[in-house]
Amino acid sequence: MSSSQKLAEIIADHKGREGALLPILHDVQEEFGCVDENSEKAIAEGLNLSRAEVHGVVSFYHDFLKQADPRPVVQICRAESCKARGVEALMDDANQAAGERVKLSTVYCLGLCSSGPNARIGDKLHARLDSAALTKLIENA
Amino acid sequence: MTTIRISDDALARACGADELAAAFEKAGASVERTSSWGMQWLEPLVEVDGKGFGPATVDDVAAILDGSSDKGIGVIAEHPFIASQQRLTFARAGKTRPLSLDDYEATGGWSGLKRARAMGPEAIVEEVLSSGLRGRGGAGFPAGIKWKTVAGAQADQKYIVCNADEGDSGTFADRMVMEGDPFALIEGMAIAGEAVGATKGYVYLRSEYPDAIDKMEKAVRASAHIVAPFVCEIRAGAGAYVCGEETSLLNSLEGKRGEVRAKPPLPALKGLFGKPTVVNNVLTLAAVPHILMEGGASLYDSLGIDRSKGTMPIQLAGNIKHGGLYEVAFGITLGELVNEIGGGTQSGRPVKAVQVGGPLGAYIHPDQFDIPFDYEAYTKADALIGHAGITVFDDTADMGAMARFAMEFCAAESCGKCTPCRLGAVRGMEVIDRIRVGGRELAGVETEPQMHNMPKTGRSPDEEVQLLEDLCETMKFGSLCALGGFTPYPVMSALKHWPEDFRK
Repeated sequence: MSSSQKLAEIIADHKGREGALLPILHDVQEEFGCVDENSEKAIAEGLNLSRAEVHGVVSFYHDFLKQADPRPVVQICRAESCKARGVEALMDDANQAAGERVKLSTVYCLGLCSSGPNARIGDKLHARLDSAALTKLIENA
Repeated sequence: MTTIRISDDALARACGADELAAAFEKAGASVERTSSWGMQWLEPLVEVDGKGFGPATVDDVAAILDGSSDKGIGVIAEHPFIASQQRLTFARAGKTRPLSLDDYEATGGWSGLKRARAMGPEAIVEEVLSSGLRGRGGAGFPAGIKWKTVAGAQADQKYIVCNADEGDSGTFADRMVMEGDPFALIEGMAIAGEAVGATKGYVYLRSEYPDAIDKMEKAVRASAHIVAPFVCEIRAGAGAYVCGEETSLLNSLEGKRGEVRAKPPLPALKGLFGKPTVVNNVLTLAAVPHILMEGGASLYDSLGIDRSKGTMPIQLAGNIKHGGLYEVAFGITLGELVNEIGGGTQSGRPVKAVQVGGPLGAYIHPDQFDIPFDYEAYTKADALIGHAGITVFDDTADMGAMARFAMEFCAAESCGKCTPCRLGAVRGMEVIDRIRVGGRELAGVETEPQMHNMPKTGRSPDEEVQLLEDLCETMKFGSLCALGGFTPYPVMSALKHWPEDFRK
């Protein structure tokens, strides 16, 4: 199936729902790794919105990316509870382990706040990280 | 065959519960995956015939099975951390399999909904009013009054919206309800629907909780025939903290930018798609089934102090030895929570500060540890309960850096609709940076002789502090919602109690 067919299918799947835009954007992000200009255009047409409206929504939310990033992503929580448990002291080692190969992104809270520092890779969560454990996660990502 | 019970809560899984469960199965035991007891420092906690072992690893499997493990904590239900709680919302925690309808019914599930359907809308609202239940999301608005407003509104369609966008650091009670007792939340929503005449409910669930999304979707499908004609649907958020604010959440649900709406109109009258809408937090709705049981409302009203009724699921987090979920009646002091129940810091160092109520809550100094857990008492102390998350910091914390982070966080997450929040947060970071480097000198064009209206000198750190105080005042009273309005709490409290951390 071509990517434009897949896109049309995603739009058709959700079109009748109330507030269909966010579910569509989630599926597009999941499928293509980003919501690019072409997708925005097709979604705008499908939902009878202006492209500006769709772009405004896409750019508002942290989860939707303009361009796909082929690198593996490791999300590290750097909110208050993880700071209180020393996440900042791990960041130098983490950045070094990641180098150019792995993308480290900051997330504000994975909800495991008594057991930080915490990280997320895909849908898998990791808690009680120290420098060695985090470095290993990043190297294996 | 021995039956082993291990939680399938996200925290237990992040600490290796899945691998542990697989190892027990491989060793010939039968494994049941239950909700979490909430003793998170012991996760993964293994339960064998009511006795607990934790934190367990795959290396402990043989010893636990043959009874020689030294990780035993005795009977779980008698553990002081559990025995001293009053669990209503979390009554099932640790005891049931989250997605088992049989377990749910066997522990009183759906009886609140059945009773609610028999008594009718007006009586339901009366019960919720008389229970004294207040919104658990942070504002503490009486739930019954909100429901009454929606019930009284005329419209062809009304909605129940569950706010499950639990973005505050230090909070995880919503997550634990959705992962551990999802049917209780669905039942609460169905009862709310019955009370106000709404047939459609949405759960707006943050995308940072993949486990909760999965469990809630399964639970909604499994219970659809029971709550019908009420229909419940899960919608995932997209990483915007501000969408935990109710009007921003409604915009997001509608498929718009998560910008805050000015109030009035209240969401109770013009909410989702312009229709009358109940927006309640997960904990509020999950408390409802219990309240609607026979005698539930009066029991709820009998607990707590003053106008803070019932119990609050308090979350102990950050640098704390015994972190987890502690549900107790209002009135407990912060000192008891942090030092006695929480056991002090994980690092063993002295407690320096405690942030109550998430990123927008005040930093509280150990000198104030005698304040009782009560909405009004916290307001009086220039602090807030919020969603009842408690984040502990030891004496290595740099409170000037935490104050700056509060502004940085506000700048990153501001929806951009109102100026005090959008610009104030950025200016706040700059001012704090200047205080920390000792003020500022005149520079560039300011030093030119033509600029005769300029001050003749730079700003001293004291003048910068004055500026920060003015800015916080403006944000507090000029912002549309709590993000800009409450960011001054952590900043000003840090400045008040630890001024030395701002002068490096």
